[in-house]
Amino acid sequence: MAEPVFSLRTSGRLRRRQMVNRLMGALALGAALLAVSVLAIVVISVASRGVSALNLDFFTKNAAQGFNPTGGGIRFAIVGTVVIVGIATLMALPLGVLIAIYVSDLASPRLARITRLALDVTNGIPTIVIGIFVYTMVVATHGQSALAGSLALAIIMVPLIARATEEVLLLVPNSQREASLALGVSRWRTTLSVVVPSALGGILTGTTLAIARAAGETAPLLFLTSLGTSASADSNPLHPLQTMTLAIFQYFELPGFEAKAWAAAFTLMCFVLVTSLGAKLAMARYRKKLGG
Amino acid sequence: MEISHANKRPDFKRTRSLIDRIGDPVLKAITFIAAALAVTVLVLIAYELIKGSRLAFRHFGLGFLTSQVWDDIHGQFGALSLIFGTVVTAVLAILIAAPLAIAIALFLTELAPKPVRALLGALVEMLASIPSVVLGLWGILVLGPFVKNQLEPLLGSALGFLPFFRGAHSTSGILTAVLILTIMVVPIIASVTRELFTTVPPELREGALALGATRWEMVRGVLLPAARPGILAAVALGFGRAVGEAIAVAMVIGGQIGIHWSLFAFGDTLAAQNALQYNGADTNLQISSLVYLAAILLVISLAVNIGAQLLIRPIDLRPRRQRIALDRALEAEGVSAD
Repeated sequence: MAEPVFSLRTSGRLRRRQMVNRLMGALALGAALLAVSVLAIVVISVASRGVSALNLDFFTKNAAQGFNPTGGGIRFAIVGTVVIVGIATLMALPLGVLIAIYVSDLASPRLARITRLALDVTNGIPTIVIGIFVYTMVVATHGQSALAGSLALAIIMVPLIARATEEVLLLVPNSQREASLALGVSRWRTTLSVVVPSALGGILTGTTLAIARAAGETAPLLFLTSLGTSASADSNPLHPLQTMTLAIFQYFELPGFEAKAWAAAFTLMCFVLVTSLGAKLAMARYRKKLGG
Repeated sequence: MEISHANKRPDFKRTRSLIDRIGDPVLKAITFIAAALAVTVLVLIAYELIKGSRLAFRHFGLGFLTSQVWDDIHGQFGALSLIFGTVVTAVLAILIAAPLAIAIALFLTELAPKPVRALLGALVEMLASIPSVVLGLWGILVLGPFVKNQLEPLLGSALGFLPFFRGAHSTSGILTAVLILTIMVVPIIASVTRELFTTVPPELREGALALGATRWEMVRGVLLPAARPGILAAVALGFGRAVGEAIAVAMVIGGQIGIHWSLFAFGDTLAAQNALQYNGADTNLQISSLVYLAAILLVISLAVNIGAQLLIRPIDLRPRRQRIALDRALEAEGVSAD
């Protein structure tokens, strides 16, 4: 028998190619592990430092006044966050949904493209620039208020909600629209009572993601709303209010407040991570359901 | 036989109520106003920042961009050292983050076992949703000591002959800021890149593998070239994010005006300077100078974002158009797309 012309044993060049392949695979694995371990390190170190300062008082009491200002809790900051983010959501949600309806169902391709570009560009503007914009437009003449903070957060939230909504509106099968129109239902009723309701799940998860993002914003609020660490728990949106993020930023600058900063950071991080993870999972399930 | 009514057209108009007839234009008008508002806000932001920075512009002109003084007592302000700090931190963060993020995206789309892909992807994206103030706190109190006691001595002893790795070690400074920005930017680039890789047609992949390419050769020869414009756009978006990050950078960079070539030194960026001076601005000129900084930031972010959108667009549209064309062809054949 003659020797086979080609050897099937890996040798020489092929072995080198396989080595490179394996090396690159290992590097990619390493990069993924690095990212996940950084996440774990951040979460664990914030949690281990934050949990010890947590107690019921931390959530239910205002900051202590007088000789021991490090005592007390951050109720005022929690209330402020709820008010500011709540009003921002009330402004951004209808606006975002209307824009999405316009872009996905009603606009000409050119206007839709311009609107999309405007949304994406707004989304890319540094949040501190939006804060300064609201400062020069509102706060410079009317003074600080929670409402000004809500306005800045709404500007940040609108593109997020509009883009998420647009994406799910496009997923609603055209057969649903056509079925409704074929029954003689007018376009606007079709949009509002067929298309939007079947996209509702996606709209709500998109909004939840935007809320999680807004609740974690600090930079746009710096100039807009109160910065006192001993602020009382007011909930009037026309007054300056404290937020969780601003509280963390201030505690960090003050000596003796480190434990409170960690506790507030832990609370905020839990809220943001849990809501955004939950919303993303819901969104994935929802997309599967609609996308078929 | 009476057929006089037969050729009378039924009055469809009367069957529709008034609200149904005006509903369409009303909805279109309302949604148009909402969309116009989104565009207007963008224009308004630019207008307000130009208006707000006019005082500083009249005082310093374009010299603002080339002066590195920031002296509130004598009312002298310049942006050069802040622009320097912004560019250095963002560029270094991108140089570290981009390869890492692309590698993560490759792992998630090509190598990871299917069941863990979604979970790993969600974990990487979680990194992006950590609030920047929390990351800043962690950066200065946990990462900072590591940088001061381990990383900087190590870099100093290994690469101390370079001017970039000299000087006193400290918890805050440019190096810490770069690392924090890297952590913030990696998930952004990774998630966009991952989407891009999944849109590359499977035939291309399979073709390369069938020709005997190893997985890495397929990635280098097919996947990366196909996704290149999108990857560039993702990197640009990450750069824009790094340039604009205010709070986390303000907490870890040390807040010092001046151009230092060492990574161990303190520094400052456009966004961080704005965050740090929020309540220290007393004079109109100083406030106006801060708005001037914001205007510079806006210009950078507009350039980066519009550039990125232009890069993304062809990649983004083509598959959708193809999909629609394919659906139509299938429908014409009488085959349901599902």
